[in-house]
Amino acid sequence: MTWVNVCGYQNLPPERGVCALVGDRQVALFRTHDGAVHALGNLDPFSGAYVLSRGIVGTRKGEPTVASPLHKQVFSLVTGHCLDEPEITVPVYHVRLDGDLVQVAVSV
Amino acid sequence: MKKIVVAGFGPAAHRLVEALQQRGFDGRVTVIGEEPRPAYDRVALTSYLSGVSAEDLAYPVPSTAVTRLNSRVTGIDREARVVTVEGGEPEPYDVLVLATGSAPFVPPVPGAEHAFVYRTIDDLDAIRMAAKEATDGVVVGGGLLGLEAADALRALGLRTHIVEMSPWLMPRQVDEGGGSVLKSHIEQLGLSVHAGAGVQEIVTDDRGRVAGLRKPDGTLIDAGVVVFSAGIRPRDELARASGLEVGERGGVVVDSGMRTSDPDIYAIGECALAGGMVYGLVGPCFTMAEVAADRIMGGDGTFGGADLSTKLKLLGVEVAQFGAMTGALDVTYMDPVAGVYKKLFISDDARTLLGGICVGDAAPYTSLRSFVGKPLPAPPSDLLFTGGGANLDLPDDAQVCSCNNVSAGTVRTAIADQGCADVPGLKACTRAGTTCGSCVPMLKQLLEKSGVEVSKNLCEHFAHSRAELFDIARVRGITTFSELIAQHGQGRGCDICKPAVASILASLHNGHVLDGERAALQDTNDAFLANIQKNGTYSVVPRIPGGEITPDKLIVIGEVARDFGLYTKITGGQRIDLFGARVEQLPEIWRRLVDAGFESGHAYGKALRTVKSCVGSTWCRYGVQDSVGLAIALELRYRGLRSPHKLKSAVSGCARECAEARSKDFGIIATEQGWNLYVGGNGGFKPRHADLLAGDLTTDELIRTIDRFLMFYIRTADRLQRTSTWLESLDGGLDYLRSVIVDDALGICADLDAHMERHVATYVDEWRATLDDPDKLSRFVSFVNAPGVPDPSIVFAAERGQIKPVVA
Repeated sequence: MTWVNVCGYQNLPPERGVCALVGDRQVALFRTHDGAVHALGNLDPFSGAYVLSRGIVGTRKGEPTVASPLHKQVFSLVTGHCLDEPEITVPVYHVRLDGDLVQVAVSV
Repeated sequence: MKKIVVAGFGPAAHRLVEALQQRGFDGRVTVIGEEPRPAYDRVALTSYLSGVSAEDLAYPVPSTAVTRLNSRVTGIDREARVVTVEGGEPEPYDVLVLATGSAPFVPPVPGAEHAFVYRTIDDLDAIRMAAKEATDGVVVGGGLLGLEAADALRALGLRTHIVEMSPWLMPRQVDEGGGSVLKSHIEQLGLSVHAGAGVQEIVTDDRGRVAGLRKPDGTLIDAGVVVFSAGIRPRDELARASGLEVGERGGVVVDSGMRTSDPDIYAIGECALAGGMVYGLVGPCFTMAEVAADRIMGGDGTFGGADLSTKLKLLGVEVAQFGAMTGALDVTYMDPVAGVYKKLFISDDARTLLGGICVGDAAPYTSLRSFVGKPLPAPPSDLLFTGGGANLDLPDDAQVCSCNNVSAGTVRTAIADQGCADVPGLKACTRAGTTCGSCVPMLKQLLEKSGVEVSKNLCEHFAHSRAELFDIARVRGITTFSELIAQHGQGRGCDICKPAVASILASLHNGHVLDGERAALQDTNDAFLANIQKNGTYSVVPRIPGGEITPDKLIVIGEVARDFGLYTKITGGQRIDLFGARVEQLPEIWRRLVDAGFESGHAYGKALRTVKSCVGSTWCRYGVQDSVGLAIALELRYRGLRSPHKLKSAVSGCARECAEARSKDFGIIATEQGWNLYVGGNGGFKPRHADLLAGDLTTDELIRTIDRFLMFYIRTADRLQRTSTWLESLDGGLDYLRSVIVDDALGICADLDAHMERHVATYVDEWRATLDDPDKLSRFVSFVNAPGVPDPSIVFAAERGQIKPVVA
C-alpha cells in the first residue's frame, strides 16, 4: 500500500464528491458535513458508468451516504455497501490528510 | 375466432368493448353506430354548450374494435346469424349485442314535429342554431333530463320556461317539500316553472316557425324553441321485428345474464328490460355491459338490478335521492331562507335507514347512501346536518361508487393488498370515482380510516410534506438548506429532500442554482446544467422558444455538434438535443452557444421545459391566432421557473390542435375570440387530457390565469407530482382550482401574481452566469487532480453516421 497525494483539502467542496485519477483508477472523494473525507470507487456497479462522485451526499439513519446519480441506489461512504441491495458493494479506499493534502492508499 | 356485433355505439356499447378487451377477448368486435361519431359522455352533454368540444366528450375509441359510424342495423336474420346494415355490407355474428339505447319520449300533440329533443350532440347543435333566432325557450319535462335541458337553454341566453306534468319538479327524486325548495331556487335564477301543467299543442306562426306552447288551460307561452325532455322510450324496434321478446311497455326482455329470448343475442343499456325495469342512468348501463362481457367470455356474472340513487347539481342546486322515498317515519329539516331541504325515511322501529332526499345541500348523500337498509349509524338529526361525517364505518358490501359498482370492500382490498395509497391510485385500480366523481370524498375517508398511514413525510430527514416545507420556508424566510434541516428536520439530507428543498428555494428566491451551499443540493443534472446519460456523459439542449429558430442559429448548433462530435436528435418539444458531451466540454460548448445568443433550455431541471407551437395564423390558412408569438412570449415569461416537476406547455393556433396542447401541463388552444386554457394534461406513462380551465380569454387574462395556476401548483404540489396528478388529488378538483385562481376564494391571488412578477423580473440565464464565474466553472472537470484529462472510460461507437455510447 502506498499513499498517493491527490489534491488539496480545499478542492473538496463540502457535502459533494469529486473524482480523482489515481494511476488508472478512478477514486470518488467525498467531504461530508463534519469535515471528514471518504473515498469509494467511482464505478457505479449498477450502470457500469464511472459516476458515483457526482451523486448526492447525505445520511441514512446517521450513516454518511452517496446516491448514484443514474438510478439513485444509495451506498455507504463508510463500508461501500449498497444500502438498497446489500449484496452489492463498491471498493472503499483509505484516505487521510497530510496537512492540507488529501492522500489515498492504493496497492501498487 | 368468435365474432361479436354490437348494434348501437353509445356509452353502454363502449363499456362492453372495453370490458371484452380487459377480459382478454381476442376475436373480432364490430360496433355499428347511428351517430357520425363514436361514443361520448352523455352525462356531460350540457357542457358542450359552454365550450367543451365534441372531442372532449368522446370516450377513447378502443383499438380492438371495428367501428361503422353513420350506420344502422336494419334487420336480424337469427337463423343465419347475420345482421343487415343500412347502406353497407351485412355483418355475420356469433354473438349479437343490442345496445340501441333509447329515444326521447315526444307526446303526440299537434306541432310536436317542430320541437327539439335533447339527447345527442347533433340535437344540441340544432338547438343552438334555433336559439340564435329566439328570445324564449320552453322545456317540456321537469325531471332530471328536463332540468339539464333547461340549463342548456339558459346557457344559450334564452328566457327559459319549464313545463312539468306533475305538481312539482323532479317527482322521481324529491317529494313535494323538496320540489318547492327546488322551484324557488330555479325561479331565483330567472326561470319560470309551470308545474302541474301539460301540453295542448306546439303553436307555429304563419311561416311555420315555432311561436309557443299552449297549455291545456288555453294559456300560451311565447317561445321560439321548444324542447321535449320528458322521459325516454327504449329503442326496441329491431328486437320487436326479429321476434325477440319485448316488454308490454317496451324494452328488450333479458335475463340476469343480459341474454334475450335468443341465446346468441344480448341486450344492454337503455334498450334492455331487466327484471321488469328499463334503466336510464349510466351506472346500471355500465354494469349491464360488464355482465354481458363476462357472460360472452364464459363467466357467470349477473345483473340484479341497480341502486337508482342520484346526486347531481342542476342549475347550481344540489339534489340527491337515495333508497326509498317513503317510510313509516321521517325526519325533515327545512330552511326556506337558505333553500335547504333534507329528509330521511326510517323504519317503524326507528332503527333502519330506508332512504332520503336532499335539496340545496347534498352532504348527507355520500355517506348515508351506503347505509340504506342498515341500522342508523347515528341519531337522525346528526345525519341530516353532516351525514355523520368521517365517523361512519361503512360495511364492506356498501356501494361506494354507483357509476362503476365498486363496494367499500373492494376499495379496502385495493388499499390493503394492492398498495393504493391515494385517490388517483384507487381510481386507476378500482375505477371508483372515475365517472361522476361524487364518491371521491368517500374514497378519501376510506383511505384515512384504512389504517394505512399515508405518510406525507418527504423522507427520513423531514416529517413534513413538500407543500408544508414550502410554506415553512416562505413564511419564515428561510434561504438555506442548513437552516431548514437544523430547525425543521434531522440528519444531513439525502437524494430525495436535497433536490426538493433546492427546488423550493429556487422557486422562492430565484438565485443561481449553483450558488454557495445550494450547489451541493442539486442532482447531477442541475449540478452540471446538463442531462446525464447512461455512460456518464451529458446532453445539451439550448432553448428554442416556441420552436422558432433562424437559419443562422440552426447553423451554430450544427457547427457546435460537428466540432464536438455530438450525437444530434430533434426532441419532442421542438428543440435540438446534443448528446455525448464530457463534463469538461460543457463550458466550451456553452461558450459558443451563449455567444450565438442561446440560453439554457433547462432540459435538466424540474422547471419549465418548452412551449411548443404550431405555425399559427401567420402562415397557416386555418389558424385563427398567432400561436408562435404566444408560445414564445410564454416560454420567455416562465423560463427558469423551478417547480415540483418538469412543466411542459404548447399553443395551438386553431381547434385542429396540431401542437398537442391538451397533453401538456398547461395548453392553450386559439379560438375566434381569444384563447382556451387547458390544465393538467400529461403524456408519458399515464396519459391524461388537460381539462378546460377557462375559455375565450384575452392574452392578458390568459397570462394572469397561467401565472396563478403555476404558482399555486408550485406552492402546493408534492415532490415530483406532475400537474395532472396534482389536479386529480386536489380536494374539489377543477372547480376548486377555478375558485382559487379565478374567483380568488382564498384571497391569495395578489400574492401569487406578485410572486410570478418577481420571478420574471429576476430571471437570469444560468449558463451565462456560470461562464462568468470562475469558481462555478472550476467544477466542470472529470478529475480534480487532472483537470485537462478526459475520462478514459467514455467510449463511443458509430451508428448511422453518428456516435453512440459503449458501456462496458
